[in-house]
This record gives sequence, C-alpha cells and structure tokens, in this order.
Amino acid sequence: METALLYIAGALIMGLAAVGAAVGIGVLGGKFLEGAARQPELIPLLRTQFFIMMGLTDAVPMIGVGISLYIMFAVA
Amino acid sequence: MASETMTSSEYISHHLTNLTYGNHPELGWKIAETAKEISDMGFMAINVDSMLWSLILGSLFLWLFSRVARKATAGIPGGLQNFIEMVIEFIDDNVKSVFAHKNNLIAPLALTIFVWVFLMNTMDLIPVDWIPYLSSLLGVHYMKVVPTTDLNITLALALGVFALILFYSIKQKGITGFLAELSLQPLGKWALPFNLFLELVGLLAKPISLALRLFGNMYAGEMIFILIALMPFWSQWLLSVPWALFHILIIFLQAFIFMVLTVVYLAMAYDHH
Repeated sequence: METALLYIAGALIMGLAAVGAAVGIGVLGGKFLEGAARQPELIPLLRTQFFIMMGLTDAVPMIGVGISLYIMFAVA
Repeated sequence: MASETMTSSEYISHHLTNLTYGNHPELGWKIAETAKEISDMGFMAINVDSMLWSLILGSLFLWLFSRVARKATAGIPGGLQNFIEMVIEFIDDNVKSVFAHKNNLIAPLALTIFVWVFLMNTMDLIPVDWIPYLSSLLGVHYMKVVPTTDLNITLALALGVFALILFYSIKQKGITGFLAELSLQPLGKWALPFNLFLELVGLLAKPISLALRLFGNMYAGEMIFILIALMPFWSQWLLSVPWALFHILIIFLQAFIFMVLTVVYLAMAYDHH
C-alpha cells in the first residue's frame, strides 16, 4: 500500500509540474512570437530574454520533476 | 554490475547511488556498499565520486584557460584562443548588461560559474554505463560522473553565491541598512515582523531555487538517459539521439541561467531601494 501511495504521489507531482510548465511557457512563447512579429529586428535580443525567462518559469516545475523522479525510483 | 543479472529497478538504483565514504556506526570508516549503509552514515559522509569529478573538471577549466592566457597573441589568434576569447566576450557582454557597478570579482565569478557548471553538466552526455563499467573493473562499484546531479554540489555553489550576496549587501548598505531593507519593506515599520518574514523568504528563495533548479534539470536528464538505457538495444539510437540533442540545449541553458541569476542577485545587492 505504501509503495502504491508513493507512486501516486510521484505521478501527481510530475503531472501538476507538467501542467504548470506547459501553460507558463506557452503564454511566454506566445508573447515572444507577438513581439518578434511586430519587430523582427529585435528577434536576437528577444530570444535571449525568452530563454532566460523560460529557465526561470521552468525552475519550480523542474524541481517538482526532480523530486518526483527521486520519489519514484530511489524511495519507492 | 556486469556479472549478475539485475532487475530494472536495481539497475536504476545502482546508477543513482553515489560513492559515499563515511563513518558507519557499526562498520567504521568505509565506502558504503548499499543505500541503507549510506543513510546509516548520517550527515558527515562525503560523496567521493562527485568531489572527484568536480575537482577534475575544475582543474581542467583552470589549466586550459591559464594555458591559453599565457600563450595569447595580439595577432591573428589560433582556433583554441579564438574559442576561449568567444567565451570570455560572451560572459563579458552578459555581465555588463546586468551589472552596472564597479567590482573586479563579478566577471571572473560569472566565468567560473558558467564554465564549471557547463563542464559538469556535459558529463551527462557520456553514455550511462561507460565510466561505471570501467570503474567496476577497478573495483569501485558506484560511480556517478555528473557532479551537478548531486544536490550537495549544487547547494555548495548556491551557498557560495548566497555568502557573496550577504557580504556585498552588508558591505554596500551597512549592517543596519541591510536589516532595515529586510524589515521595513514592503509595508512600512508597523508591519515589521510580517515584512521580515516576507523578505527572509524571498532572500532564502534565491540560493535554494538556484540549487534546486540546476539539480532538478540535471537529475531529470540523467534519469531519462538511464531509462532509455533500459530499453531494447535496437531502440537506443532512436530514443537517445533526440533526448541528447535536447539535453545539449538544457546543459548550456542551465549553466547560463545559473550565471545570469548570480550576477543579477549580486547587482540587486548593490541597489538601494
């Protein structure tokens, strides 16, 4: 029973992290494309900032992924 | 590792175990042989494999860069010098765009963090079984070669950055100024405990998020490589090539983000509100 609960916990963490990351980066990417369409000459600058923002938005979901994989493989 | 057949979860946990040296309560100072022994050893046990690989990669970085610096020519540069100059210019541009004050430590710090973290992350691209197989032939049964998948290493880097943040905050604003900034914002002096709580959470979130972001990304990447290694042999190239390509981007990105955030946090330590 305990291992089953641990697996469910790991799966929940991973799933919610995936939703958060996907929605966040989707919105961010949409804004990037809008800005790039408005001013194509700014694309390299916007791209750098996009990747920085992506790294920050992805941080907590990645932490969740790391913890969930740890739970699923090293604990359960 | 190559002799007896393992179940897949044994294979995975074998690849996720560090080579830990510590004082076991019953068996004395030794290298741990099972995960249970590692947890019995408690806090003061050192992950020898992470330390070894991080020191090897750090020395490689120092040796390479100092060799190029000593033989640097002002004329037309050769290939290696050109590449190192590209790296240094890249760091210089990024630091200049973020950090507007005068400090001789920031750019070398940014360079060290970026190149060292990048080198440590790149160890993840080596096929999962190669180095552990060689080391098991030498009698060493656990060998994790990617230091940044060890939370100890990433937390050590982040705590070093945190110490620098505190040092520069106190140096620029004075200890009273620093404490005032923590306790009098954002709500004014009558909400002091509440302000202090919020600001402390924000302050502590910086090194913890730095450490966990790098750890989470690298641990997940290594985990997927291990899972791909469990798949049948005919699917290896099909699965691992796309993942390795994506992982190359992640490696660079995570090293870059660690560096940019370090410089941003240190710039914030200089700013007065």
